[in-house]
Amino acid sequence: MSGVALDPKTAAAFPIAARTALGDTQMRKNVRHATEVIQAKRARVVAEMPDWQQLREAGKQIRQHTMEHLDYYLQEFEANCTRAGGVVHWARDAEEARRIVVELVKASGSDEVIKIKSMTTEEIQLNAALERAGVHAYETDLAELIIQLGEDQPSHIVVPALHKNRQQIREIFKRRMNLPELGETPQDLADAARMFLREKFLRVKTGVSGANFLIAETGGVCIVESEGNGRMCLTLPETLITIAGIDKVVPRFEDLEVLLQLLPRSATGERMNPYNSIWTGVREGDGPQTFHVVLMDNARTEILADKDGRNTLNCIRCGACLNVCPVYRQTGGQAYGSVYAGPIGAILTPQLQEMHHAESLPFASSLCGACYEVCPVKINIPEVLIHLRGKVVQQKTAGVSGLFDVEAVAMKAMGMIFKSERRFRAAQRLGRMSETPLVRKDGQGVGWISWLPGMLGGWTQVRDLQEMPKETFRDWWEKRGKHGK
Amino acid sequence: MGSEAITAISASARAEVLRRIRLAKGGTSDANAARTGWSNVVRQYRRETAQAASATLEMFEDRLRDYDAHVERVVPAEVAGAVAKMIAGRGKRRMVIPSGLPAEWLPPGLEFVVDDGMSAVELDAFDGVMTGSTVAIAETGTVVLQNAAGQGRRAITLVPDYHLCVVNAADVVETVPEAMERLRATSGLATTFFSGPSATADIEMTRIKGVHGPRHLDVVLMT
Ligand code: SF4
Repeated sequence: MSGVALDPKTAAAFPIAARTALGDTQMRKNVRHATEVIQAKRARVVAEMPDWQQLREAGKQIRQHTMEHLDYYLQEFEANCTRAGGVVHWARDAEEARRIVVELVKASGSDEVIKIKSMTTEEIQLNAALERAGVHAYETDLAELIIQLGEDQPSHIVVPALHKNRQQIREIFKRRMNLPELGETPQDLADAARMFLREKFLRVKTGVSGANFLIAETGGVCIVESEGNGRMCLTLPETLITIAGIDKVVPRFEDLEVLLQLLPRSATGERMNPYNSIWTGVREGDGPQTFHVVLMDNARTEILADKDGRNTLNCIRCGACLNVCPVYRQTGGQAYGSVYAGPIGAILTPQLQEMHHAESLPFASSLCGACYEVCPVKINIPEVLIHLRGKVVQQKTAGVSGLFDVEAVAMKAMGMIFKSERRFRAAQRLGRMSETPLVRKDGQGVGWISWLPGMLGGWTQVRDLQEMPKETFRDWWEKRGKHGK
Repeated sequence: MGSEAITAISASARAEVLRRIRLAKGGTSDANAARTGWSNVVRQYRRETAQAASATLEMFEDRLRDYDAHVERVVPAEVAGAVAKMIAGRGKRRMVIPSGLPAEWLPPGLEFVVDDGMSAVELDAFDGVMTGSTVAIAETGTVVLQNAAGQGRRAITLVPDYHLCVVNAADVVETVPEAMERLRATSGLATTFFSGPSATADIEMTRIKGVHGPRHLDVVLMT
C-alpha cells in the first residue's frame, strides 16, 4: 500500500482490494500475530472483571442516552468549555473542519504542528490539508509515525501499524531518520522514536489532537493513550486544537467511571492504559494558553437519523471488533478503503459516506457475531450490517443496475477469504443470530432473496456448516422456502 | 480567510448541526429531560469495594510491581528515608518538585528544586521529579495527579525521565468508580491518570516501557 489516502470515494471496492491483500502473506502474518496477541490479552483482563456485563450494559445505556439528548449535551459542553477559557467551533463537514483547523494553526503563528493519533483527523485527511497550507504535521504516536515516515496508511483504529513487523519498521526508520546502525529490537525502535520526537516536543508551539470523550457537565476533554506523546502534545505547546466528532460527548464526569473501564480493557487488553489526561479549558501556568475545540458533524447526523443504524454512533473506537473479525484477520485493514476498517468500518464508512461509496462494505462480513460479543458498548454490528445490506439492495433496485454485481462480487470475495481461515467460527453463531434480523425484514425487501443464496453459496462452498446449538441457518432457510415465503 | 471567516462558518454550522440533530431524533432536548434520562441509566456494576483496606493496598502494590515500579510501604516518619533510598537506587540526584510538597518528605543531601514555571528544556535537564498524588486505584494500578499543592502542573511529571510518587494509603481505593467519586469535586483541575511508566505495544504488540513519558516509576506508599 502507498501514501495514497484511504478515501472511500477513490479506493478500490472491498472485493478487489481484498484480493490484493490476500496475496500479501507477510502482511497477513503480521495482522494475524498482532490480533492474536491483543485478543488473548483482552480476554484475560475482561475475565477478571466480575461485573463486565453490567459495565457493558451501562456503557451502552450511557451512549444511547447521550445520542437521545445530543443537542443538549453538545450545547452544555460548549457553554462549560467556553466558561473555562476554551473556544468552541462547529463544522458541518470535513471541508469546514479542515478550513477551521488550518486557519487556527496559521493564527497560532506556527508552520509546524505536533499531532496525537486521531482517527477523526485521518477521516478528514487533515495532514494533507495542512501540508497544502504550508504547515508540516508531525505524527507523534509511534504507530502513526511509522505510517507517516513509511508513507503508508493506517490499518487498525487502535494499532494503526499492526500490519508492519519489526524488520519493516526498522527499514523505514533507518531510511527516514538516517540511522544506518539502528538495531531491530522493539526497544531499539522505540528509543529511536523517542530521540526523533523529543526535540519536536520541546520546540513546536502548536498541538493538534482528537478526543476520546468530551464531558458536557464540566466542559473537559479526556484523552487516553500509552506512550506519553499525547501528554506532550496536550501540555507543552502554547496552542492546542482539538477536533472531535459530535458523537464524542458524554453527559457527566461520573460516566467516565464506566467508559474508562471498558475502553482500555477492550482496546489494548490493559487494566488501564498508561495515561489518561483530562483538562478543562485553559489554566494559567499549566498547559496551552490558547485552546480550541472543533465539533464536527460530517454525516454523523445522517447516521442519527437512521434509527436502525444509529447505534453505530455509540462506538468508542476500541478496535476489539477488528481483532476478532475473521474477515479483518484475513485481509488486514487497508482493503476496507477507509480509515475505519473491520466490522465497525463496515458499518461506519458507508454511513459516513451516506451510502454513496463503499457499498460493498456491508457485505464484507460473515455475520458471525464475534464483533457483537466483544463490543464494550454492545453495538449489534451484524444487525446493522444486515440493515445496511437492505439499504444497498433498495438503492440498487431503485436504480436498476449494479445490485447483482455488488452482492455477487462481494460474496465471491468472502468465499476466497474463508478458504484460508482455519477456524471458521461463523457457522456456529449464524444460526443463533440470523433469525431475528432476517425474519424481521422478511417480506419487506425485494432484495433479500437475491443475496441470501449468494451468501450461503459463499460459505458452504468452502466448508461444512457445523452443528449449531439451535436451529441452523440452513434449516431455517429451507423451512422458510417450504412455507412459500 | 481570516478569523472572522471561521467565526461565520462556525456560527452557521452550529445552527445547522443542531437543527440536523433535532430533526434526526425528532425534537429538542432540555436539561430536565436529560437529567431524567441520565438517572434512568442502569448501573449495576461495582461502585463500592467489597474487600478490606489491607487487601486493597496489597492489590495496589502488586499491580505497581507488575509495571516494574519499585514500591516501599512506610509510616510517615520514614518517608524521607525511603525517598533517599529510592533515588539513590536509581542513581539520580537532581530532582524537580512542585511547590507545596511536604518538606519532611525530602531527605538531606540531594538537590530538590521547586518548579517556578520552568521551560520544558529546563525540566528536561533534571534527573527526575517527585510529587504527591490525589487518589490511587488498586484494581488498575493507577495513580491520579491533579494540579494541586504537592503535585504541580502537568509538565513536571512528564518531561523528566524518572518519577517518584508518594501515595497516602488513605487515598487508595479499589475500583475506578470509587476514584471518580473522590475526584468529582475537583474535576475541573488538570488531571492525569498514570498506570505504570510510559509504554507502547505498537511494534508487534510487544510491550516496551518508556517511550516519551517517564521511563522509571517508584512509589512510596505512606500508611
Ligand atoms: S464497534 Fe464496539 S467493538 Fe468495534 S470499535 Fe466500536 S466500540 Fe469497539
